[in-house]
Amino acid sequence: MKHSDKKAIAVMLMVTVLLIFVPLVVLKGAEFGGSDDAGSQVAEEIAVDYEPWFHPVLETIIGGEIPGEVESLMFCIQTGIGVGIIAFFMGRFVERKKWENRCKSVQMPDISEKEKGTELKHDEKNTCN
Amino acid sequence: MTRGQKKLLLASVVFAVFLGIAPNVSAMHVMEGYLPLGFCIAWGFVSLPFLVKGFFSIQRKLQKNRKNITVLAMSGAFIFVISSLKIPSVTGSCSHMTGTGLGAVLFGPSAVSVLGTIVLIFQAVLLGHGGLTTLGANTFSMAAAGPFLSYGVYRFCRKCRINRRVGVFLAAALGDLFTYCITSFQLAIAYPAEEGMLVSMVKFLGVFAPTQLPLAIVEGCLTVIIMITLENYAQPELRSAGYLENEKV
Repeated sequence: MKHSDKKAIAVMLMVTVLLIFVPLVVLKGAEFGGSDDAGSQVAEEIAVDYEPWFHPVLETIIGGEIPGEVESLMFCIQTGIGVGIIAFFMGRFVERKKWENRCKSVQMPDISEKEKGTELKHDEKNTCN
Repeated sequence: MTRGQKKLLLASVVFAVFLGIAPNVSAMHVMEGYLPLGFCIAWGFVSLPFLVKGFFSIQRKLQKNRKNITVLAMSGAFIFVISSLKIPSVTGSCSHMTGTGLGAVLFGPSAVSVLGTIVLIFQAVLLGHGGLTTLGANTFSMAAAGPFLSYGVYRFCRKCRINRRVGVFLAAALGDLFTYCITSFQLAIAYPAEEGMLVSMVKFLGVFAPTQLPLAIVEGCLTVIIMITLENYAQPELRSAGYLENEKV
């Protein structure tokens, strides 16, 4: 990875963290409820007598609101699935590039290194084929 | 696209247009049960062509190269992660991002429609977030309108020779904002205020827009970060997905 890429990533991570944590610190005592819920409040203001005519499936099954802790569990599962997939493939990509680079650098000085008498490790040779 | 696929797509488009103009249909996530039945069905049909096109688009991409599935899965997973994070914003309320920009830039907007819908169903069933009745409306805003705008913005930036990463940033951020504009619109036509639909739309936008603006920037940053990493480590995949066509990184 180029140096400029690393720098760009660092800067953007910092912006992200700042944008997320500054409101938390600055707006002390704010509720930080969901804006989806705020949306339904506006809807209720406009149509005062509107009753939601359908309730979330899981809430119907368990006969009440999903408990906060369980809801956070569900969100974590969602995040976990996503992060798992991304990390798995990203890990493979990174390793692949590492091996490709190593093979390139191993194959060329292959003979000269042998001449010097420094044998390549067995497993390194195999993986390159 | 084969002839049979084209026919099916055309049929669904005709169906959608027909329903869209039908006069008797009196519509982020619109909450479960908050759209009248007519709107739910109408938005469902409007979203249908995007899903059909997306399905074929994914099929074609995978036929072209099986290996495309890795990055496709990653962009789907990216939507999973990003849309599960509720983030505090300057207005003192929380909202979440869409994450659809990455897939739209890599695979085209219609492929993202399918990925986004999977996420929406997951959230609707397990989280009570969004909803099954409002699935059509949410699919349209998050998985169709947003990605299409992202893709358009990205293409436009490329045409104007704007730096590719700036293009990705703008695509992701604007796509995110646009999604919430569409949500406001959907709520507004379902809940027109007494003064008229526009007033109502301004009200909904007033709730969503200021909250969403910083989040759009966050989404842009995160999308560019993952794009930089992919550009560095997954060049063959990006080329076969059509993202790095004849370009040097």
